[in-house]
Amino acid sequence: MSEGHSTYTPKTGLGRWFDARMPLPRLVYDSFVAYPVPRNLNYAWTFGGILSIMLVAQMVTGIVLAMHYTSDANLAFGSVEKIMRDVNSGWLLRYMHANGASFFFIAVYIHIFRGLYYGSYKAPRELLWILGCIIYLLMMATGFMGYVLPWGQMSFWGATVITGFFTAIPLVGDWIQQLLLGGFAVDNPTLNRFFALHYLLPFMIAGVVVLHIWALHVVGQSNPTGIEVKSKTDTVAFTPYATIKDAFGMIVFLFFFAYFVFYLPNYLGHPDNYTVANPLKTPAHIVPEWYFLPFYAILRAITFNIGPINSKLGGVLCLFGAIIMLFLVPWLDTSKVRSAVYRPWYKLFFWLFVADAVLLGWLGSQPAEGSYVFMAQMATLFYFFFFLVALPVLGLIETPRRLPNSITEAVLEKNKGGSGHPAAAAAAPQTKG
Amino acid sequence: MIPKSGDRFSRTNGTVCPEIMLEQKDRAVENLRGFGMKKILTSLALLGLVAIGTGAAGTSAFAAEEAHNAAAPTHFPINEPKEMSWSFTGPFGTYDKAQLQRGLKVYKEVCSACHSMNLVAFRTLSDLGYSDAQIKTLSAEYTIHDGPNDAGDMFDRPGKPSDHFPAPFANEEAAAASNGGAAPPDMSLLAKARGVERGFPQFVFDIFTQYDAGGPDYIHSLLTGYDQTPPAGMVIPEGTHYNPYFISAVSLKMPKPLSDGQVTYDDGSPQTVDQYARDVAAFLTWAAEPHMEDRKKMGFRVLVFLLLFGALVYLTKRKVWEGVAH
Repeated sequence: MSEGHSTYTPKTGLGRWFDARMPLPRLVYDSFVAYPVPRNLNYAWTFGGILSIMLVAQMVTGIVLAMHYTSDANLAFGSVEKIMRDVNSGWLLRYMHANGASFFFIAVYIHIFRGLYYGSYKAPRELLWILGCIIYLLMMATGFMGYVLPWGQMSFWGATVITGFFTAIPLVGDWIQQLLLGGFAVDNPTLNRFFALHYLLPFMIAGVVVLHIWALHVVGQSNPTGIEVKSKTDTVAFTPYATIKDAFGMIVFLFFFAYFVFYLPNYLGHPDNYTVANPLKTPAHIVPEWYFLPFYAILRAITFNIGPINSKLGGVLCLFGAIIMLFLVPWLDTSKVRSAVYRPWYKLFFWLFVADAVLLGWLGSQPAEGSYVFMAQMATLFYFFFFLVALPVLGLIETPRRLPNSITEAVLEKNKGGSGHPAAAAAAPQTKG
Repeated sequence: MIPKSGDRFSRTNGTVCPEIMLEQKDRAVENLRGFGMKKILTSLALLGLVAIGTGAAGTSAFAAEEAHNAAAPTHFPINEPKEMSWSFTGPFGTYDKAQLQRGLKVYKEVCSACHSMNLVAFRTLSDLGYSDAQIKTLSAEYTIHDGPNDAGDMFDRPGKPSDHFPAPFANEEAAAASNGGAAPPDMSLLAKARGVERGFPQFVFDIFTQYDAGGPDYIHSLLTGYDQTPPAGMVIPEGTHYNPYFISAVSLKMPKPLSDGQVTYDDGSPQTVDQYARDVAAFLTWAAEPHMEDRKKMGFRVLVFLLLFGALVYLTKRKVWEGVAH
């Protein structure tokens, strides 16, 4: 839908000179001004923009923090406290960065669930979806390594537990773990390579984000109806329509972000991370950051051996399997209808899946004992059931509701049903386009 | 599996166990033997119920926990910390300078005999309302081991405002040796390094009430939680002291540190253990988070700005989309 001809016409001599040599202004104009977006996008579609500003915010605060941070096992904890106490506005930078990671994940989870709900991964957007999954994987690696840098108790023991997963892999597991750690246990070499990688990965994320946006601009955005854009009346211009809506979404999101940064900066962290790492003293409960908890619960749910696979390897396989499921979604879903709006059964299972993910998150924070283990097993089973059974089977047996013929028709129907806007308004959607 | 020492302060037996939770799982395997995959699979039907009935299932898990024997508790602390009212909580919270000064006095006269406060510099005591001259006098009361000098010798000198509080022991080993094998923790960050898990649904409410006093509440409860009689049959390890508010065991190595009248206050505040505990907990909160007042003040401005800016952008958005059905 964007593969039309460019409507950019430089107005000044300098503009024409530039356009003939390197049409960067044309690219920007075509991508962020004239780019047509479906007119019916709701606020769930503002999270792409929100994620972009969170990535920039994380990089800016992170680079300044790195100017004051020391990646030495004996000095790291003290250097972070120096930032908190003596660096001008250092407390603000660090709290923004630490909470920024959490809010980055909040935004990405909403973004992913939006994709699942509206079937945004379906052809021709499979590659767009997979690039998003790669960004999510890179984010997880970055978040995990960043959590190690303050060198608190949870940093150290979280790193110990998570790198321990790799030893479950047959034959090469120990070798991989030692490569990650730079030794046989988490120590100074681990901290140094994690710092180097923590600085590198965000730039790789930015690179994949460029590909993600490129792919998006080739296939165009999906929309709440899941019906492809058919005519010009289905779309509005990115600027001013999407720009102003995204801006409002960003401000609302930043409001919640600021609430945590300024009033509850340690709410999403763990108190143990304010105690310097001690390899001789294991915390009573080792828990990763909240955004890993569902996967942590899945890992610990496998308490039984399955044939030659022992519980340890089984847990790790389920953990990675849980992430791989996301990559396979475009081919697991057999439905011809994209949006859950027209799929009553899928809608039900989608919300059960959301509840299941939240439940897994809570279970991940609880000790792996008693009834928690059984609940985690059931929740894990449902997690895989959703992807491997519900997605393929529902597409075959479900009778979708009647689909409107076009986005415009859906919008007009909606506005007729509701009060407010007269339907006639739809006649001139892109007066400013 | 996890070396759950009787005392958080104690140096553990040194079980460095990288596969710690995987071992935990093995234990869980034991528990679940005879449970079997088949039974798990047949439970598939329950699945939806489990997903929906989170609350109910959670309750039953809690109920199982409640059933533990009072004499041999497995979850700590035995008692939740008492929620006190603090001047520094809430969106407009500020430190009570007189209280911080009293807390400093308690720290200097009692806690500092065993606990270091390595990250706090004398110069920062201006936050407590002290003048530069007062800080100079206060820091000069301390002896700082410094050096080497031009001759290559280490020497002692009076403290300067740029110095940090000197530690009571030369190193952690010495601290442990003098305290029955458990090094008293550094107090600089104690108010942020301690916090009892709030549990569901309390942790949701905490977002709206801005509950950020988990550390000071814990410290106050611990300091006032001595002198209680343990339940009949409870085994208190020798050399430790029963305290139902202690976060990781039934008892801790630190004996009751405060008693009524121990520290003299000049401002007429009650000289009770409860008051001492409040004051020192407030002081430690400042020590852990010296820029909290700035943070909350800036936060209010940022939120007001975002609210106004957001309202303007919303109105602009309405105007732009006017006449475009969507």
